[in-house]
Amino acid sequence: MVQYSRAHLDASFAALSDATRRGVLEQLGRAEASITDLAGKFHMTLTGMKKHVGVLEHAGLVTTRKVGRVRTCRLGPRSLAEETAWIEGYRQLWAARFDELDEIVEELKQKEKHR
Amino acid sequence: MKNPTTTERTSDRELAVTRTFNAPARIVFEAWTRPELLKRWWSPKSFGITFVSCEADARTGGRYRFVFSHPAAPQPMEFFGRYLEVTPHSRLVWTNEESGDAGQVTTVTFEEKGGQTRVVMRDLYRSKEALDAAIASGSTGGTGETFEQLDELLGGGSVGA
Repeated sequence: MVQYSRAHLDASFAALSDATRRGVLEQLGRAEASITDLAGKFHMTLTGMKKHVGVLEHAGLVTTRKVGRVRTCRLGPRSLAEETAWIEGYRQLWAARFDELDEIVEELKQKEKHR
Repeated sequence: MKNPTTTERTSDRELAVTRTFNAPARIVFEAWTRPELLKRWWSPKSFGITFVSCEADARTGGRYRFVFSHPAAPQPMEFFGRYLEVTPHSRLVWTNEESGDAGQVTTVTFEEKGGQTRVVMRDLYRSKEALDAAIASGSTGGTGETFEQLDELLGGGSVGA
């Protein structure tokens, strides 16, 4: 059973905060690619692209496998990424509700004081 | 500063949301059980959801029915069910029947400690498949910007509010 900890979510959203990494995900959504291909497409050095892919891999959004000298990247398990997104969306909805609930709770507290 | 809200899939078929409020349980409980108060926080402004109507008879066996509208939804959205348990200031249990009998059961517990109340809301689905399906259809998800962005990237399906 995979646990969706806050650390895991943080890693996913940090991974997505960068335009290049979002581009890489889009690219991999179309077809798998090697780090060299990706570096070429995004006009980056191999080292730079390795770093980006590392961040995406750490967040579980991308998986890589090495065959000979070539490291091929593809999207991570889709269900995991979807579930991560869904749970984060759910959290955001409840956080928004609870922030408004805070105000009502505060109001009720004040009323109680003045009773 | 706002207290953090955390969400976790606690098992194959359960999802939990946790938040602490800076008030005694009786106050927090009141805000969860009086419809005129519920109405003011359950449809957060930042999500563009508005209440069309809010009925909640928060007594064991009582029923609730929430109707919302959202600019992106052509029809108002209805959520309804029955309170299975209402224990003042400590526990609420209700069914979610809008998608039939197989809906999840929601349990909310209120634990007071040092003038603060920790609220844990658990949605227990009938099966792992039922929770997976809810996630896949985005039936309960929010519409945060990050969320939409990720969804778009993944070419995912609709994610409703």
